[in-house]
Amino acid sequence: MALGRRKAVTLAVAALLIGGVAGCGGGGGTGDAASGSASSGKVTVEWWNISTSEPLKSFWVQKVKEFESAHPGVTIKNVPIENEAFKAKLSTVTQSGKTPDIYTTWGGGVLKQQIDAGLVKELTTDAASWLGDFTPAAMQAYQFDGKSYGVPYDIGMVGFWYNKALFTKAGVTTPPATWTEFLDAVKKLKAAGVTPIALAGKEKWPGHYYWAYLAMRIAGLDALKQAAADHDFTKPGFVAAGTRLKELTDLQPFQKGFLGAGYSTPDGQAATVSNGKAAMELMGQWAPVVHKDAGKGLGDDLGFFGFPAVEGGAGSATDVFGGGGGWALGVNAPPAATEFLKFISSAQVHRAAVETGALLPVLKGEEDAVKDPNLSVVAKALAGATGFQLYLDQAYPPAVGQEVNDSVAALIAGSKSPEQVAQAITDTAESE
Amino acid sequence: MTPPALADERRMTRTGPPRGAGPAAAPSARRRRFRLLGTITLFLLPALVLFALLVLAPIAVAVYTSAFKWNGLGGLPRNFVGLDNFTRMFGDEVFVGDLRRGALLIALSLVIQLPLALAIAMLLNQRMRGRAVYRLLFFAPYVLSEVITGVLFTMIFSPDAGLANQILGLAGIDGPQWLADPSLVMMTLFLVMTWKYFGFHMILYLAGRQGIPKELGEAAAIDGAGPWKRFRYVTLPLLGPTIRVSVFLSVIGAIQLFDLVWVLTAGGPIHSSETMAVTMFQFGFKRSQIGYASAVSVVMFVISLVFALGYQRFVLRRDTEGAITTMRAQR
Repeated sequence: MALGRRKAVTLAVAALLIGGVAGCGGGGGTGDAASGSASSGKVTVEWWNISTSEPLKSFWVQKVKEFESAHPGVTIKNVPIENEAFKAKLSTVTQSGKTPDIYTTWGGGVLKQQIDAGLVKELTTDAASWLGDFTPAAMQAYQFDGKSYGVPYDIGMVGFWYNKALFTKAGVTTPPATWTEFLDAVKKLKAAGVTPIALAGKEKWPGHYYWAYLAMRIAGLDALKQAAADHDFTKPGFVAAGTRLKELTDLQPFQKGFLGAGYSTPDGQAATVSNGKAAMELMGQWAPVVHKDAGKGLGDDLGFFGFPAVEGGAGSATDVFGGGGGWALGVNAPPAATEFLKFISSAQVHRAAVETGALLPVLKGEEDAVKDPNLSVVAKALAGATGFQLYLDQAYPPAVGQEVNDSVAALIAGSKSPEQVAQAITDTAESE
Repeated sequence: MTPPALADERRMTRTGPPRGAGPAAAPSARRRRFRLLGTITLFLLPALVLFALLVLAPIAVAVYTSAFKWNGLGGLPRNFVGLDNFTRMFGDEVFVGDLRRGALLIALSLVIQLPLALAIAMLLNQRMRGRAVYRLLFFAPYVLSEVITGVLFTMIFSPDAGLANQILGLAGIDGPQWLADPSLVMMTLFLVMTWKYFGFHMILYLAGRQGIPKELGEAAAIDGAGPWKRFRYVTLPLLGPTIRVSVFLSVIGAIQLFDLVWVLTAGGPIHSSETMAVTMFQFGFKRSQIGYASAVSVVMFVISLVFALGYQRFVLRRDTEGAITTMRAQR
């Protein structure tokens, strides 16, 4: 009797273990199952997204319900995953050769690798009737060789978010329009006893914004494109970007201990600006939301200005740097997945999403749906942009993007010269 | 539940031989040995299959991919590069720095962390009020997860508002930038490591100390040995096996250190607290250079394996003879 019970326990544990292992392997595999059962009229579309916070979280739940009731037999499996966890999970799943039916993508080099591996469905013909509704700047990150592999749902840009009260205190009355004026403003802020800039040195990506924008202003967008194609970042324009950045870091404009600071942590970059301990930060359109999350928030004192022009540079001050979010389809996604994409990208649904304040316009003529005054400035700058550059750590293959982040971080910390930065990025680009 | 069942089995084996005894004893013994072999194989099989599947196969795959340039996508790797990943690794200052930093952590652990754990274990072995509470307190950090420890210490070592610098500020000292100063960050990391792991070693030493018969200490005292001599010539040699195991665990742990560093500093600033495991993660998951990351993991594995085998062969072998023999050998 005792033996029998023990055996039963062992069997139960074994069953649990096997079930657990099988469960682990099951992620992302429903694409095949869905297409297999399509003949019987029932389709499940697995949708991985990163909308884990309100208002979008419940907005999507609502839209999924609406879509399902209009399309009997189609089930949308809505899987929201936190940003970093999403990236880790997706890279594991793609390495095993699978993708969810619909998933969040940031376009650029990462998406290109997935396309080259044959994991992504091309949308050019399936979505031909509605691809033209998106603005060209928003579409850019998902197009390769004239073909479209994804559609945008959000687009934004990086610029300076600043504290108007601290600027006034330091006697800076108008936001700087040129790099010289910008350096002057930094000096005035320092003289007034204000920390000019908050930077998350631990996380590297916020630092690369400075170098990227300077390269855009000095060398120009075409030079950046050419450098990526030629694997050569040693042209004078890129070295000059480093030299200009060094002019800034030599003023020691960053908060105390910035090399160890995170971005959204309790003492990180966002909190430092949000609590009025630094006058500005160079950050994307999501900055005000993170300000409220990580600190007190600046309220009406919060302002936005674009990255200043650099005297004598080839780039225009209206070229913007940023990125957004988009949807890509797994190569085995059923037609219902395309149908769902069309639905959430429609003028009616997307406009409602923009009105929640969580997303920025990606469709033509949607700008007036933005209510927040600061985001409205961002949306207008985007609509009037003369050129668009995707985040370098997204636009280039992952290794090159990370090398940009790494080398620029070293430049800011003072351990690499502008020439060494240009050389290190070139070396990595050549080896890819 | 277990004891009665065990007793049953024992009784059965004890009553077994008489049944099989008699003229046919020899063939039955062979059959029994054969059946025993079958039983062993049967019981080992699940473990062996799992071991092969979850340990041996991944090692083989990692060694295989380390010879390719591969971004991890699209089926099997195709771009064979031979030993290029390894030559690149030993030319990379970050990786060479990893080795140097690993050696530093090992040295600090052996010279500071373990003696500290030993000292506290000896202290807590004395009769004193609240001994159990102290033991619990010192062991508590080990129970926390590495991630929680990391988050906790990023807050403690925050440049302005952090607890450490607030306390130093009260004493009128302008606190250092614990995690943001490249020349200080390894010391901070070691401090956190010590806080986290010394309790574990302390418990090992306490257990070892309690296994030493009291009579030995008393006999030495009668022979006129003072407290230090009793520790040096009686306790320490008898603790030898425990110390050797704790050194082993400490070294292997330092070689593979990842989660604590990842949460505290992510290897920064400018790679000054990066370990081999962090480098491997950076290349594998951030840069998608799976081939190179595999090569790093292979080197990590080889270092651990060589150390483990060498240590087993030359240091731990003495312990198989038992602690008493070791003492006799030293005398």
